Amino acid sequence: MKTADLIAALAADPKPQGPPLSRRFVLALAAGALISACLFLGMVGPRHDIARALGTIRFDWKFVDTIALAIPTGLATWRLLRPGAERRWLAIALAAPLILLGGSVAMELMMVPPDLWLARLIGSNALHCLTLIPLLSIAPLAALLLAMRAGAPASPPLAGAAAGLVSAGIAATLYATNCTDDSPLFVATWYTLATMIVVAVGAFIGGRVLRW
Amino acid sequence: MGEAESDEDWAVRMRAALAGDEATYRRLLEEIGRSVRAMARGAFARSRSGDADVEDVVQETLLAIHLKRDTWDGGMKLAPWVGAIARHKIIDALRRRGARQFAPIDDFEAVIPAPEGDDPHDLSDADRLIGQLPARQQDIVRSISLQGQSIAATAKRLSMSEGAVRVALHRSLKALAAAWRRTAP
Repeated sequence: MKTADLIAALAADPKPQGPPLSRRFVLALAAGALISACLFLGMVGPRHDIARALGTIRFDWKFVDTIALAIPTGLATWRLLRPGAERRWLAIALAAPLILLGGSVAMELMMVPPDLWLARLIGSNALHCLTLIPLLSIAPLAALLLAMRAGAPASPPLAGAAAGLVSAGIAATLYATNCTDDSPLFVATWYTLATMIVVAVGAFIGGRVLRW
Repeated sequence: MGEAESDEDWAVRMRAALAGDEATYRRLLEEIGRSVRAMARGAFARSRSGDADVEDVVQETLLAIHLKRDTWDGGMKLAPWVGAIARHKIIDALRRRGARQFAPIDDFEAVIPAPEGDDPHDLSDADRLIGQLPARQQDIVRSISLQGQSIAATAKRLSMSEGAVRVALHRSLKALAAAWRRTAP
């Protein structure tokens, strides 16, 4: 087939009627977050002393961390969908949560005596954290990857990993309202580990379904 | 053709194409094809892959540009976006042919457009892959591409509505792109 013949077929194919990529992406995020929120409320819900916890800096800081993960990585994921996007956007997006988390860990180490460090780090919800965050990430990750198939990422595994970060950020924000371990030492260890699980799954699936 | 003036022009024409100007779109794709061809030839030559398959990559790239045109941000220049897609497809193609190391690919805007040469194959990738589509889709794609029939004429011949022919054509192009991704060397 001559290239001119293929071009004739391409020119005859009108623009598909579906919603634009931006709308699909936002809808996927909203739908995924909503499903996970319902799932969360149905399964465990927020902790009972949440009203009191809201007055403590350690509890509130968890949301600074998780929201600082979800929003910048969401923007970076959107950028990575276009051909020619620069990979550094993802690194830049990760700077905010990492700096905030690192700063809070440093503060905690200064304020808490060393013999309590390990107990704070281990906490009492590690298994819960490692189960619920990946579980609550499933809906946003699936919805995002589905919408992202209309994109053209230079690196499908990287785009999938980025979608994993956003999804873990959403899941962690929900889970943090339930979790009674508020120490930054706990968050830096177990939330990060749970996020890495989701990122690995995102990279693996993204590498397969986002090829174009 | 001056490269600087051509890009402004490309973006303008792509916007017209997205608004439904078929003739402008066709000419734009032809021009893009010439630039992609030059880029692919350079890359294939440097990785010592011979240029028998260059036209296949050009076609695969044009198909990707067409199917992914929603990812072009209308406020941006068109050439860097086209160049990124072409680079992605050229690297993919070289990798499928077993190349492990890639010499840097020319910047898209630096290449001198190359016209299509004589087709070196009896059977190109596109021909082979179209042959794997369902019979009706094959018929529609061949009618509009190889035989140069209009949508209207194809619809009439197959006793289908024009809308149905358009839908079938679009599905066939997507299926063609998917088949290309699965292509083994």
